[in-house]
Amino acid sequence: MFKGGFIQNLPKIYGLYTGGFIVFILMMAIAEQAGVTAKTIGILFVAFTVAIYALIGYLSRTVQVDAYYLAGRQVPTVFNGMATAADWMSGASFVALAGGVYFGGYSYMAFLVGWTGGYVLVSTLLAPYLRKFGCYTVPDFIGTRYGGNGVRFCAVLVLVLASFTYVTAQINATGTIAARALGIPFEAGVWVGLVSILLCSMLGGMRAVTWTQVAQYIVLIIAYLIPVFWISNKIGAGVFPHLMLGDEVARITELEGQFGLAKNSAADMKAAGVPGGLKSIAVAHAGVGAGGMAVWKYISLAICMMVGTASLPHILMRYFTTPSVKSARKSVAWSLFFIFLLYSSAPMLATLSKISLMDPNLPTGIIGKSIADVQSIEWVKQWSSQKQVFIADFNGDGILQLNEWFMRTGVVVLATPEVAGLPYVISGLVAAGGMAAAMSTADGLILAIANALSHDVYYNMIDPKADVRKRLIVARVLLVVIGAAGAYIASMRITSILGAVAWAFDFAMSGLFFPLVLGVWWKRATREGAIAGMLSGLAAGTAYLIYVYPKFLGNPAWLGIDHLRFGLIGAPVCLVVMVVVSLMTKAPDAATQRMVDEVRVPSGKSILGRAH
Amino acid sequence: MSNKEKHWQKTKGHMIMTLCLWAFFSMVIFLFGYEINSMSFLGYPLAYYMTAQGSLLAFVIIIFWFANKQEKIDEEFGFGEKED
Repeated sequence: MFKGGFIQNLPKIYGLYTGGFIVFILMMAIAEQAGVTAKTIGILFVAFTVAIYALIGYLSRTVQVDAYYLAGRQVPTVFNGMATAADWMSGASFVALAGGVYFGGYSYMAFLVGWTGGYVLVSTLLAPYLRKFGCYTVPDFIGTRYGGNGVRFCAVLVLVLASFTYVTAQINATGTIAARALGIPFEAGVWVGLVSILLCSMLGGMRAVTWTQVAQYIVLIIAYLIPVFWISNKIGAGVFPHLMLGDEVARITELEGQFGLAKNSAADMKAAGVPGGLKSIAVAHAGVGAGGMAVWKYISLAICMMVGTASLPHILMRYFTTPSVKSARKSVAWSLFFIFLLYSSAPMLATLSKISLMDPNLPTGIIGKSIADVQSIEWVKQWSSQKQVFIADFNGDGILQLNEWFMRTGVVVLATPEVAGLPYVISGLVAAGGMAAAMSTADGLILAIANALSHDVYYNMIDPKADVRKRLIVARVLLVVIGAAGAYIASMRITSILGAVAWAFDFAMSGLFFPLVLGVWWKRATREGAIAGMLSGLAAGTAYLIYVYPKFLGNPAWLGIDHLRFGLIGAPVCLVVMVVVSLMTKAPDAATQRMVDEVRVPSGKSILGRAH
Repeated sequence: MSNKEKHWQKTKGHMIMTLCLWAFFSMVIFLFGYEINSMSFLGYPLAYYMTAQGSLLAFVIIIFWFANKQEKIDEEFGFGEKED
């Protein structure tokens, strides 16, 4: 049944895989009916999917440099789109996005616009040109375009800073999910997560990561969409939730008016013993804040996330793997399409989850009921014991008010299937989906860091004479070392100190956005300009972060630019310094100018060869 | 002007056009978030709809349109790629 090569058979292979996964879900559903415990089902879901990824990773092993770094430049458009979507959507996207929308409302949804709009910048300004260049890594482009190891090293510095901020959070997420599903302590879960991550990437580099990411995308999107559609149909909200939840949104607004949106004071919450990180609903579901500051906060956050998206190396490097420049462009479109499927579902899940709890006409509604009754509900008991939900009877009337119900943001995704009364098999599926999302992003990030260190630092700066075998050994050793460093930091549980995922975007935009874009779009940009721009942008952004972040100096934010938005300081500094210094130094030589001309044209050979 | 320069002129124009559309759906409409939220689309308040789904969908369509048109520009000047 498999005629022709691997690439020609991809649709068949992944079609079979998807069918097999659905059969597995059905088998688990039958097993649940037959009395297999919830715990066993959870273990089977995580173990089965991770075993499949490991098998794909093993089958994709390689000893060739271009396969290790670029997946052989033969990843078809649509499949690269799926791989990028998995690379992009992290454990946090999967588990926390709907929760963020649930508690943050309209102003949080600036993240949705930011994390998708950035792909327009990727496709117009960068992806096709970097593909034409033929680089292995993002610093490889900077180093060749501007010339020299100094500029290459600066790019590696920004890459490591941005990607490492992000990767510990991902390993943390795999650890949390593995610990919960397998019933082991969190510290052990982190190392189980790391081993699973490395199994996918170590033997085959980019090639192995590509094919496991496609498999992980399929698992995570099935795991996200099934509950959304199921719940929507179950509570009669609409067959196709994305188009039909208008009434539910209006109903939530009406109920908010009826129950009243009250923000609890920190002192009240402390006195009632609300565990840290739990929130109550205090922001209107669909309302929009009035005034210039609200508008600026929304747009500034969206800008940071969009520009940051277009500077994140683990995303850009996915477009180095397509067969041609035009397929790189199309592939960005497919990536965003696959991301859109999940992102547009998150607000729908938040709506369904909220109305399930708030509407007294639904059997699942708890707000306005007696607290004693609510506390005896099975899922409330179970999640309370894990300190994921909490009830504080502030006014002492024995009735649950809207501001007396607290949840952790992740609970919106993890517990909604139970809340809505779906069978446990769905919760197992959601755990497998969260694991897939966290693993695929962690793999992409660890590979981006390890490849930059092995190709740019080791091969280009330390030992340019190293043979292929030695280069690939170094690449793999670095992969393990970086993964272990990330897991070690995650196991110390200090990730909250390392700050938000948003920081990775701000670091990347402060140091990399303009050097990348001007490298293609402005021939006059020079090496000195790029070095000065990267270093000053990074320094200005970091200095402002330290100045404004509450756990560091904690000064009041300037014009509403808080620690989530420090890229708005770094990137303009980078641009101005880069332009001024470039104009003050000698224009790039004729060879560099010709190289830039060549990059701007899709046809012809790439600047850097397949094996370099 | 050489063929290459003409191709780059047109590519730049197309890029700017695409980024104008992008700016409209990512920033301009949210300047008026409060004002447009009293309008409704598919039963959703309009600003809520755009940030939850509308702008996201617009970006997907913009990128597909951008890629198709850029391919035509490349072919027009003889810079299209043969192999796929």
